[in-house]
Amino acid sequence: MKRIAERLYNGIIKENPTFVLTLGMCPTLAVTTSAINGLGMGLTTCAVLALSNLFISILRKVLPDKVRIPAFIVIVASFVTMVQLLLEAYLPSLNQSLGIYIPLIVVNCIILGRAESYAYKNPPIPSLFDGIGMGLGFTFALTILGIFREFIGSGTFFGNRVFPEEYGVTIFVLAPGAFFVLAMLVAIQNYIKDKMEAKGKDTSKIGSGCGMNCMGCPEAKGCSKAEKIKEAEDNDESEEEEKPSEDKEKKASAAEEKEEVKSETSSDEPEKEPAEEEDTEAEDDKESDEEKEESSESDSDDKKPAQNKPSNNKKKKGKRRK
Amino acid sequence: MSLPKVSSNPHIRSAATTQLIMLTVILALMPAFGYGIYNFGIRALFVCIVCVATTVISEVVFALITKKKIRVDDLSAVVTGLLLALNLPVSIPLWQAALGSAFAIIVVKELFGGLGKNFMNPALGARCFLLISFPVAMTNFETDCYTGATPLALLKAGETVNVKNMILGSIPGTIGETSMIALLIGAVIMLLCGVIDLKIPASYILTFLVFMIFFGGHGFDPAFLAAHLSGGGLMLGAFFMATDYVTRPTSAKGQIIFGIFLGILTGIFRVFGPSAEGVSYAIIFGNCIVPLIDKFTVPVPFGINPSEFRKGGKS
Repeated sequence: MKRIAERLYNGIIKENPTFVLTLGMCPTLAVTTSAINGLGMGLTTCAVLALSNLFISILRKVLPDKVRIPAFIVIVASFVTMVQLLLEAYLPSLNQSLGIYIPLIVVNCIILGRAESYAYKNPPIPSLFDGIGMGLGFTFALTILGIFREFIGSGTFFGNRVFPEEYGVTIFVLAPGAFFVLAMLVAIQNYIKDKMEAKGKDTSKIGSGCGMNCMGCPEAKGCSKAEKIKEAEDNDESEEEEKPSEDKEKKASAAEEKEEVKSETSSDEPEKEPAEEEDTEAEDDKESDEEKEESSESDSDDKKPAQNKPSNNKKKKGKRRK
Repeated sequence: MSLPKVSSNPHIRSAATTQLIMLTVILALMPAFGYGIYNFGIRALFVCIVCVATTVISEVVFALITKKKIRVDDLSAVVTGLLLALNLPVSIPLWQAALGSAFAIIVVKELFGGLGKNFMNPALGARCFLLISFPVAMTNFETDCYTGATPLALLKAGETVNVKNMILGSIPGTIGETSMIALLIGAVIMLLCGVIDLKIPASYILTFLVFMIFFGGHGFDPAFLAAHLSGGGLMLGAFFMATDYVTRPTSAKGQIIFGIFLGILTGIFRVFGPSAEGVSYAIIFGNCIVPLIDKFTVPVPFGINPSEFRKGGKS
């Protein structure tokens, strides 16, 4: 239950697809000319999103990994077709005003994004509510946008006249107005977020939807959790490396000084393993210390240009691990 | 031995301040402004007062809200207000003029960082904002003195126009654009004071002329070309708007490219577009590609081999 509530909160506020993730901009900018259009588009997307999330999640163990995207599209497209037929039958006016944007829900990046980053990795019930949460967040954003644009642009609120039409600023009903209002709303949202951060509340974007795998995650860039995960991974690797190398270092350090000159010139040394490239600073420090000692002892080292030193390092390490 | 004391650069300072330049521009706009009042009556003055007052108040209010230094005394807000007023028809409702002025200062200028950081000419941004928002009010040129369409609209409809009146300015149009002579007097004032140079206006107007000769549909017909030169906002745009320091390219080469681009765009909009006028859209389009022009026309520093510099610049 807690997880369901968390999913809904995440979709509507924390990871609002429009204001925070800025996904699905095409329908956002194109159909929000009036509040009712925004609401209609939002709810349509919400229905498709919830159902497609549910089914993708159910089928996630059956779908082969390589063809998952086409499979997602087939699932999403089936639901979009159903929803469109329903709209045509029961809400023809809304269907008319949304036009091409209903079939385009198939390629809406919110839906594919949630399928890929949540539904494909999580059980059906949380996926369903993730879809509902995201859909409601999208609906909320589109309706707000629509209300502002309709109100300023033509002086009505859900079709009810508030002030005479001649005072409406038509540009807000047209495409530029969508950008103005969206920019303002995102600015307000960021302002509130900054205030919350100043008060010490946690506003980090990624909730439990994170699969701890930043490869292929659309939100990895700028994600605070991604940095933590990467740090943790780096630390793990360095710990593994640290122990064997320390043992060997003690033994090797004596021998190394003698073999110094040889190791620099010999090119038969084994290649460095790829994992070693992420060396920790601690290791580097030790080596640079060693190097100072070595260089003070051996004359040939002093004369070498600075660029050669990193390669020295690599070779030495390779030898040490033998 | 004591070293000579050298202050930090710049070592040579020009006497020109923002305030002085803006004052020159205001002075140069006066002939067109005066002619506008003479031509359209006292309401033109009211429109101007509303625009200038709103721009100045908006700038002060924005500075107060964002706790910035109030810099109204550099007069740039006054110039924006005045230019906008000269770009509006005299019959425009005053609240629309005020809305446009506030838009020019707050959205186009201050939200992008204030004077010197806006990417688009504020007055023209506001004019296009109003033109899209209130298409009827913005193209309603019927006044007590004149009725009917502007000469350019007539030309577009295939009718003949009186070129002499167009050059003098006794035609329908926005407040400041009608008189070619008054605008040229202003342009000469600015040229003599060194506020602008001819690179942008000349390349703009020449390109436009060439475009009209080839694509205007009348070939080299002096009356037709003169009508297109003196009609609409071409003179106002070429001398007062396209040369805006902030929104033009910085290098000489870039400015000429900018002028040619504007000329072609204006021609396309006037000949092939749905409306008779195209100067304001052409200039704000041009403003948008200025960063691109600047990027490709970086001047080579003194003492560096040009070909090597370009190679280095690209990588």
